[in-house]
Amino acid sequence: MDTIFAQATAQGRAGVCVIRISGPQAFLIANTIASPLPAVRLAAVRAVRDAEGQILDRALVLSFEGPNSFTGEDTVELHLHGSIAVVRAVLRLLSGFDNARLAEPGEFTRRAMENGKLDLTQVEGLGDLIEAETEAQRKQALRVLSGHLGHKVDSWREKLVRAAALLEVTIDFADEDVPVDVSPEVNTLLTAVNSDILEEIAGTHSAERIRTGFEVAIIGRPNAGKSTLLNSLAGRDAAITSAVAGTTRDIIEVRMDLGGLPVTLLDTAGLREGADEVEAIGIDRAKIRAEQADLRVFLVDKYEELPVSVMPDDIILRPKADLLENPEGAISGVTGQGVKQLINRIQEVLSIRSLNAGLATHERHRVALQRSAEGLATAMLVLDHGPDQYDIASEELRHSIRALEALVGRIDVENLLDVIFSSFCLGK
Amino acid sequence: MKHFDVIVIGGGHAGAEAAHASARLGASTALITMSRDGIGVMSCNPAIGGLGKGHLVREIDAMDGVMGRVADKAGIQFRLLNRRKGPAVQGPRAQADRAIYRREMLSETEQRANLEIIEGEVTDFIVKKGSVAGAILSDGMEISAAAVVLTTGTFLRGVIHIGDRARSGGRMGDRASVDLANRIDSFDLPLGRLKTGTPPRLDGRTIDWEKLESQPGDAEPVLFSFLSEATSASQISCGITHTNEKTHDIIRNNLTRSAMYGGHIDGVGPRYCPSIEDKVVRFADKTSHQVFLEPEGADDHTIYPNGISTSLPEEVQLEYVRSMVGLERVEIIQPGYAIEYDYVDPRALDLTLSVRSVPGLFLAGQINGTTGYEEAAAQGLVAGLNAGLLAQGKESITFSRSESYIGVMIDDLTTRGVTEPYRMFTSRAEFRLSLRADNADQRLTPIAIALGVAGTKRIERFQAKMSKIDDAMAILTKDAYASKAIEAAGIKVSQDGSKRTGFELLAFPDVTFEHLININPELEIIEPEIRRQVERDALYAHYIVRQKRDIDLLRKDEAHIIPTEFDYNSIDGLSNELKSKLSISRPGNLSQAARIDGMTPSALTLLLSHLKRDSRKKSA
Repeated sequence: MDTIFAQATAQGRAGVCVIRISGPQAFLIANTIASPLPAVRLAAVRAVRDAEGQILDRALVLSFEGPNSFTGEDTVELHLHGSIAVVRAVLRLLSGFDNARLAEPGEFTRRAMENGKLDLTQVEGLGDLIEAETEAQRKQALRVLSGHLGHKVDSWREKLVRAAALLEVTIDFADEDVPVDVSPEVNTLLTAVNSDILEEIAGTHSAERIRTGFEVAIIGRPNAGKSTLLNSLAGRDAAITSAVAGTTRDIIEVRMDLGGLPVTLLDTAGLREGADEVEAIGIDRAKIRAEQADLRVFLVDKYEELPVSVMPDDIILRPKADLLENPEGAISGVTGQGVKQLINRIQEVLSIRSLNAGLATHERHRVALQRSAEGLATAMLVLDHGPDQYDIASEELRHSIRALEALVGRIDVENLLDVIFSSFCLGK
Repeated sequence: MKHFDVIVIGGGHAGAEAAHASARLGASTALITMSRDGIGVMSCNPAIGGLGKGHLVREIDAMDGVMGRVADKAGIQFRLLNRRKGPAVQGPRAQADRAIYRREMLSETEQRANLEIIEGEVTDFIVKKGSVAGAILSDGMEISAAAVVLTTGTFLRGVIHIGDRARSGGRMGDRASVDLANRIDSFDLPLGRLKTGTPPRLDGRTIDWEKLESQPGDAEPVLFSFLSEATSASQISCGITHTNEKTHDIIRNNLTRSAMYGGHIDGVGPRYCPSIEDKVVRFADKTSHQVFLEPEGADDHTIYPNGISTSLPEEVQLEYVRSMVGLERVEIIQPGYAIEYDYVDPRALDLTLSVRSVPGLFLAGQINGTTGYEEAAAQGLVAGLNAGLLAQGKESITFSRSESYIGVMIDDLTTRGVTEPYRMFTSRAEFRLSLRADNADQRLTPIAIALGVAGTKRIERFQAKMSKIDDAMAILTKDAYASKAIEAAGIKVSQDGSKRTGFELLAFPDVTFEHLININPELEIIEPEIRRQVERDALYAHYIVRQKRDIDLLRKDEAHIIPTEFDYNSIDGLSNELKSKLSISRPGNLSQAARIDGMTPSALTLLLSHLKRDSRKKSA
């Protein structure tokens, strides 16, 4: 089996970057490049050297002997300095070893499962684990697989199976005493399921219906115009606005569709000291939600310190552009100045984050539902031609049921597995 | 000691087909039966085929088996069921003359090379190192063999019930095989109990046919065998009568005296073939049921009243049959009875119908929990072929769900087991549009040829037919016609500017081959039989392409073989319930595992990862 390696921490510059190596050759490789390998489960600093003996970096080296590791295989972690150049050099060095290769997305998790380190409920529940690390779309895909949509699909499937059974009776017992016309009940069942599925398909597009969107928090001092901006972004009066500071006390959520991405905008209480008790609770909540959000839009004047830390990609804007002499880098919910640019910026940031195949799962569901609905539509058409074409009607129905079964993973198990795992980030 | 490659025990439909299949392979085969006269006996209704069942007969025939040819010779009324529906759900069926059927089957069996009939009762197996290596007869004779196919039908602890009287016996007039049953017990196979029933046999001379509706056969009979050309027995009609309120009252008033309802039978009966007691109780709002009066032979006055199987006492049977129109003066020749018997849970078998825990032993037919001659014969074919292949040291043959009803049945049986006697239906086959009775030869005869079990006549016929179909297809797919030209030939198509080939046009429900001749006179030379075949192929072409994708997925799952010794308990995260279900049915591959009742996507995924891990370990 191949030994795999990948950067386990986020891409880009950082204080520390961890490269994980897992597989039968892990110890051998690590002992070659960071010799001598420290005893298992003991961390030690080692020089990482290339084939010529040049030092690439000094790393903290930690090894785990299988099966007592995340993947269940021999695993070595190199904690390098988080320089892009260092990481690149070490990855290149690792690629030079026979039987070692860069891990595919999700391959560490996959091996962990294959080695019984995670059971499937854990993997399915990994939605929670990923939550902190990847974007919201994936959470939804996984939640859907195990929960809500699964139950819905089951109930549809049950109805369709009933309809199919009615048709089959007229086919397989044609020679016997079953002269009753089954088409009214079949039609009722198909119509009901079809409309449910169509509604579900429509729902996948509608941002309001998607519970787990990207959360974008608008934060700033009281009366910075956060609610006005929210209303402007949402295109409606979702939040009460007034000239009185501290008008917004609880968190107001507006879900909307930004370029196909479900986004929940959070309007939070303005952050200030010495507010009354109710407002203070609002401020505490605002801080927590803002920190958990996928992205923050800060409405702050220059050099203003806020009790929420700024993270990479966060957007910082000056508030109330309409009142400023020099409105550069400022925004106004009143005049709409800069609003379009803000939307574009949010969209850009979130699109990049969602690129990592997370949407494939989502798309797979939609396609399966679509296929199922198409089968039903054709089946209903064919049904009108009477019992002579029940062979075709029942085939369409079967097709429709199979599409639903594929959705919950009864048919092509392997494919399902690939989809689940490809939605994990590289190196997880 | 006598030695054969293969011993087949039992001369019923499973046994006969098994013996022939093994002998066709070239394996020296002994067919051991209690009586030569028992070969090819139809113990239940005198009919072959039907929906799903007709498909099986065609498939047996495509493998050059015997059932189809014998049924064609014995057929006295042929009907193609679902004639008005699509070809995929049409099933050939025939009333058979019992005497002719038995005579023809015996004669086929006597004439078959490599096949010897031995009369006797098998009381024990020769067992060597845990493998079955032959059989011992009641007279002490021992016969050794490399493989044994057991097809004892309902003989295992069979109990016959007529009303509250019960006695041991396989079917009317035969002894039950008690000794053999004890031996089978020692193998510790999982057993279950099933029941089935038969109606009283009536004397046709005492039926007032004038009063009855009659059901003739098809004007143009559709035969079973791809080799048969015409019927040979004289053709007859069946009569139809109905039960009525009075019939139902008589039955209701005597329910406690019925073996089925009086608590004398524990076995589970088939839901799709209920006794008349069942019908009256379960469908209480129905005031009448159809009864088909089927002659058992052209020269036989015995009538089989299809639809009123029963286990009521004899005098009640007489009373209720006489309550029906046309049967007022009828005499009963033999009363109806219910039979209760042991079957082996077929999940103990692999896809070759070999008992997993007892090497050398194959089971086929009703002993595996099925019902019907056709189901039995199809299993006989599979078991016989594999017993022969085992004896010859060759690789076994299995049938996939995607290529035959035989495959569907064996997969269902060995994966899911049975909860009632298993009968074939077309709806069991998910790839029904591809698995048609009309193309059974195209699906299976190449396999028969490759195995070496197809006779010369079969091979020549098949190849000639295929070359004619190929020729027709070449013409039909060569040119595409503009919609104008198509319309000129009298076919309505949308004028969307797209061109269509002749084959594509045939997919339109109203287009026949004859329409196409108007467009391309070249097609005139195609024979009518080939025209019809191509039409049937074309009708579903669109769906077959789509099903092909599903079949590919199935094949992919089927390719994930699960080793027989696979330890399900080693999978953490699998529920105890599933662990035990999987351990009982021991699916042969991932696709089978997916069909186990209660299987979840999560469990499957888990299973797949373990399989992959194991196979990687092996290759590493």
